[in-house]
Amino acid sequence: MIALSDRARSTLRATVTIAIACAIYEAVARTGTFPPALMPTLPKVWNALWSSLMDGSMIGHAAGTLYRVLVGLGIAIVVGIPLGILMGRFKPIENFFMPLVSALMPIPSLAWVPLFLLWFGLGNTVAILIVFYAALFPMLLNTWSGVRAVNPLWLRAAGAMGADEKALFWKVMVPGAAPFIITGLRQSFLRAWIAVIGAEFLAASDWGLGWVIFDAKEFLNADLMLASLIVIGGIGFAFERLVFGSIERATVQRWGMVRMAKG
Amino acid sequence: MADTTAAPGVIAAKPHANENARWRIIAHNAFPFIVVLGLWEIVARTGVFPPKLFPSLVTIAETFVNLTARGILPHHVLDTVLRLFTGFALAAAVGVVLGILMGRSRRIEDIFLPLVSILAPIPGLAYAPLFLLWFGLGNKSAVLLVAFVSAFPIIFNTWTGVKAVKEIWVRSAQAMGADDRRLFVKVIVPGALPYILGGLRLGLAQAWRILVGIEMLAAVPWGLGWMIFGAREFLNTDVMLAGVFVIGVLGVTLEKLVFQKLEEFTVMRWGMVR
Repeated sequence: MIALSDRARSTLRATVTIAIACAIYEAVARTGTFPPALMPTLPKVWNALWSSLMDGSMIGHAAGTLYRVLVGLGIAIVVGIPLGILMGRFKPIENFFMPLVSALMPIPSLAWVPLFLLWFGLGNTVAILIVFYAALFPMLLNTWSGVRAVNPLWLRAAGAMGADEKALFWKVMVPGAAPFIITGLRQSFLRAWIAVIGAEFLAASDWGLGWVIFDAKEFLNADLMLASLIVIGGIGFAFERLVFGSIERATVQRWGMVRMAKG
Repeated sequence: MADTTAAPGVIAAKPHANENARWRIIAHNAFPFIVVLGLWEIVARTGVFPPKLFPSLVTIAETFVNLTARGILPHHVLDTVLRLFTGFALAAAVGVVLGILMGRSRRIEDIFLPLVSILAPIPGLAYAPLFLLWFGLGNKSAVLLVAFVSAFPIIFNTWTGVKAVKEIWVRSAQAMGADDRRLFVKVIVPGALPYILGGLRLGLAQAWRILVGIEMLAAVPWGLGWMIFGAREFLNTDVMLAGVFVIGVLGVTLEKLVFQKLEEFTVMRWGMVR
């Protein structure tokens, strides 16, 4: 009962804070201290958001961005998980790839944009490759540590109970490493989501949310910029909560690998 | 008699064995790079791709030496590093203070937590055009964006850290007569420090990733991001690759030298983490 009212109070406070922040923004925007083109009022932002959603252009751009993220992320998963498992299982493979990974990881993915632009030209390929680069390392490293974290006792117990190599892999290793792999997937998505916006700025094709923002800057359409920021934030939030939340519920929570979140 | 003659031999053999092991580790780590660089060189020499787009390692090394000797590369590096640390210092100052306030005061937490949770998940670079509109092209936008974006992990971690300080430590310190100031310096800060350092580490990594991107967008006169992006206009792939190499070296250095050392000197010495 107390916890519930505590939560209700937090929600109320949050609403009040956001309302006040919006009101302050609106007041500053209305005084005209800053040019309205740079600081549009909230109704204008809302109008830009609504009309771009209604004529389908925003949805098209969002779909374009999501396509790039999902393809890049997909390739990162297809490469990262098997390689991570191999690195966790076989010492020579780990010895070969680990130094390369630790050298490449600190290079921000956007640093590759100019080079990829020269190699592949403007367009989708660059954005997808940048997403792939950004998403690969969290996927790879989490899978690797997940496989290494599988309790050797479980492996030996399963072996003693007569599990063959295949059963060992599917019934012990994969579920054992799953919490790590799912964490990796989450981090990869976040990285990919950040990288795709940057790649769309620089490798400007003519659709995608990053491109909308950057293009709106050229025409001083701050209202459209803020509207796309809202869409970007919304999609990121939805993925984090809905997609990864439900993946987690369907797998590791059901298998009892992690405790359910409190509340 | 046999023992006394054997002993110096053993002692002499020890450093030798250590040396061998060290060389073996170096060779282990170098091997993958030799393979990859070797493949690169072979592909570059066969001329499948135009050498302008796929330069050989020799060309890249020459460019690197040339740029360094003419002082161009050091200037770019210096500006990038200065920008990184200015932005990061701003973020650290604001982030740690705000995080501690949020952790200690319920009211401040109620005000700032919703704002931070809404603004943090939006990719940092998405704010870049807005900052460029508001603060103009150039250094100011770049530094402010780096500070803004890297502040979020610092705020979050500091806040978590302060909240994670065990209530019993606070109460026992109070029972032993610690005043507010001493409570803060002796209990809360050391208790939250592993989290704060974790946040600073994340913040610096974030700052580093954003900085390279914003340098390409903000048209700053010097900086590694600008150097590699500008090189595109003239098809200077060798300059780009030399730049990417320097970016990688700086990234590794930041991680190894700055943070591992900082951690050793503080939380490890205080026994907060093993």
